Amino acid sequence: MRHLLAIEDLERDEIEAILDRAESFAEVGRRDIKKVPTLRGRTVVSLFYESSTRTSASFELAAKRLSADLISLKAAGSSVDKGESLKDTCATLSAYDPAAIVIRHPYAGAAQLVAGWSEAAVVNAGDGKHEHPSQALLDLFTLRRRLGSLEGRRIWIVGDVLHSRVARSNLIAFQAMGAEVTLCGPPALIPRGIEQLGCTVSYSLDGIEEADVVYALRLQKERMAESFIPSIREYAARFQIDSRRLGPRQWLMHPGPVNRGVELSGEVVDSPQSLIAEQVASGLVVRMAILYELLASGERPAPAEQAPTPIGQPA
Amino acid sequence: MSLAQALDMRSGEGADLILRGASVLDPGAGIEGVHDVVVRGGRIAELAAPGVAAEGLEEVDAAGLHAFPAFFDPHVHLRVPGQEHKEDIETGTRSGAAGGYCGIVAMANTDPPVSTPGDIEALRADARETASVPVGFLATVTRGMAGEELTEMGAIRDAGALGFSDDGLPIRSARVLRRALQYQRLCGGAIALHEEDPELSGDGVMHEGPVSAALGLTGVPSVSESTMIARDAALAGYEGGRIHVQHLSAVESVEAVRAAKAAGVQISCEASPHHLCLIDEEVRSLDPHRFKMNPPLRSEADRQALIAGLLDGTIDCIATDHAPHAAEEKDLPFEQAAMGVTGLETAFAALHTELVLPGTIELALLVERLAGGAAPFGLERSSLAPDSEANIALCDLAAEWTVGEEGYESRSANSWCAGRKLTGRAVMTLAGGQVAYRLRSFSLGVAE
Repeated sequence: MRHLLAIEDLERDEIEAILDRAESFAEVGRRDIKKVPTLRGRTVVSLFYESSTRTSASFELAAKRLSADLISLKAAGSSVDKGESLKDTCATLSAYDPAAIVIRHPYAGAAQLVAGWSEAAVVNAGDGKHEHPSQALLDLFTLRRRLGSLEGRRIWIVGDVLHSRVARSNLIAFQAMGAEVTLCGPPALIPRGIEQLGCTVSYSLDGIEEADVVYALRLQKERMAESFIPSIREYAARFQIDSRRLGPRQWLMHPGPVNRGVELSGEVVDSPQSLIAEQVASGLVVRMAILYELLASGERPAPAEQAPTPIGQPA
Repeated sequence: MSLAQALDMRSGEGADLILRGASVLDPGAGIEGVHDVVVRGGRIAELAAPGVAAEGLEEVDAAGLHAFPAFFDPHVHLRVPGQEHKEDIETGTRSGAAGGYCGIVAMANTDPPVSTPGDIEALRADARETASVPVGFLATVTRGMAGEELTEMGAIRDAGALGFSDDGLPIRSARVLRRALQYQRLCGGAIALHEEDPELSGDGVMHEGPVSAALGLTGVPSVSESTMIARDAALAGYEGGRIHVQHLSAVESVEAVRAAKAAGVQISCEASPHHLCLIDEEVRSLDPHRFKMNPPLRSEADRQALIAGLLDGTIDCIATDHAPHAAEEKDLPFEQAAMGVTGLETAFAALHTELVLPGTIELALLVERLAGGAAPFGLERSSLAPDSEANIALCDLAAEWTVGEEGYESRSANSWCAGRKLTGRAVMTLAGGQVAYRLRSFSLGVAE
């Protein structure tokens, strides 16, 4: 693997290799000293053109846990503010000879461009509404620990699919691992023609009881202004996941940050079925695994393949 | 009135030459056969039997080459004034000449837009110094393209504008377009329309469909174009006006124009080579240099509808919508990059390669539609009939070339054909009676 630009580019065995690697870092995380020397002397650039909490924090901590030197740049306050183009920023950063560039950008394809303009391994930490592959991988990791295989499992992705890079990456990732995916939301928030990616589309929550996993998406309140939704109340009445709609044997996921009372009721966020906190924890080890696979794999053999054991079902 | 008279170009000597043994094809004039084409003083003197004596004329060995009535592009962005880093009249017309064109129409969405009689006069004066093919200039329909107040259409016509267009933007207000059609009765001039309902197209950057869904790019629905065509055709019909619809891209648009023509509306339309050759699948590469333009590349069904429209005459002509941009305006993520691709140098070659060689359309039809852009602007179509002004595209249909390998005549390199291998190209162009272009390798061959 040269770059991680899109889930679409990955074969199933490449995905599994990353998840297996993440499993070994989860073990490291239980030690007193959580740092390994793998990337000592190598530089990781974290380049965020959009605000982010968990993605930037977990990539940066992942790089540090692997002993890399980290340059962390936010668009605000940097030369980007002064009108420097992405291409020129890449050229500037290349002078530091980074081993990897982790980039979050408001427009699709930005990471792909950086991959063409730089010698570094490039990790797409979210490009516009296109892809967010590390999120999909951490979600797979979280689910694999709970469910074992995703083969034949049913996953409903509910909410603002139109504006969601998470929805796109996760749809592709879940399908790659054998799950059957239903996208659910009002027609105005489901992109026309997306069923050609092999998923089912539902404009109501009827039938959601079949789902093994309900994956809710964040609904930005500004969507009302563009008449994508008539009101938050109208949206929530039909599409909010609450305790009536979420069965006791269904897992709940969300990429964060949650709008309590909009896409999720507060009670389901805090329910035992909620994997939201586990997703965040998975983010760190999966992002360590991504950096490792890009920068260090081949230096030593991969750990023996071992199916992880499910660690319990919800009550 | 000939193109050189009706439009503006650099003054120069009329060509005196003979194209020996050219395969002459001018379907509009009913000419097909091998002739020595004799050009004297910039006019076609005769189509002679091969071997005719021709003293005092430059001999051009055209054996195996095709002579077509040169092409006319009703939709070109020359970027003057204000965006000369992308193109200017000299480079843009040279690019046209290299593509076999004998006339082009320059759009008015410059910086600032062409909105006054003085703007038109300045452009015409520039063209008389620098244009290697005849150029006609449009002014905007609305002042500064703001969509609100009409430009002084009468005075602008008196200054020599060929017509009007807010191309780049639609005319949002039906009331404003209606008033423009009313003034068209007084002052004439074509009104060329960029049809797009901005309420529907929004901030879309590609065709709305499965590919935009997969890429997470905001889509432009086909109906954003066709609904505006239907509105404007109804207005033109009501006012007895004449409209030319630019760059059709979708099935529904072809149907809307077909219905308007059947209803007797004075409407003509164009399609671009890129919409006739490419579909939205190309956007998966996220390459804005070649595949980002407005209207966007659409589905295969849309492309087939455009071809059908070309065949049945619903689509009158082919227009490149040649839209040069500097590298830094395209070296950006897809959504941020400028819209538009260049097309003058490759239109004939691309359509010959993609549509004629596979047998989708006849060579004669391609020539007709490439030359057909003059009529919507009230201009005489190029002709190879004796006594016509010499407007000739001499083409080598067997020439194989890779686009961009030798650079471009245009100042910009955002060709949708960049890197493509094409078969056929213009080797020499006569425009407005003058030799406007010779392919370097061809002219070297002649010198031997």
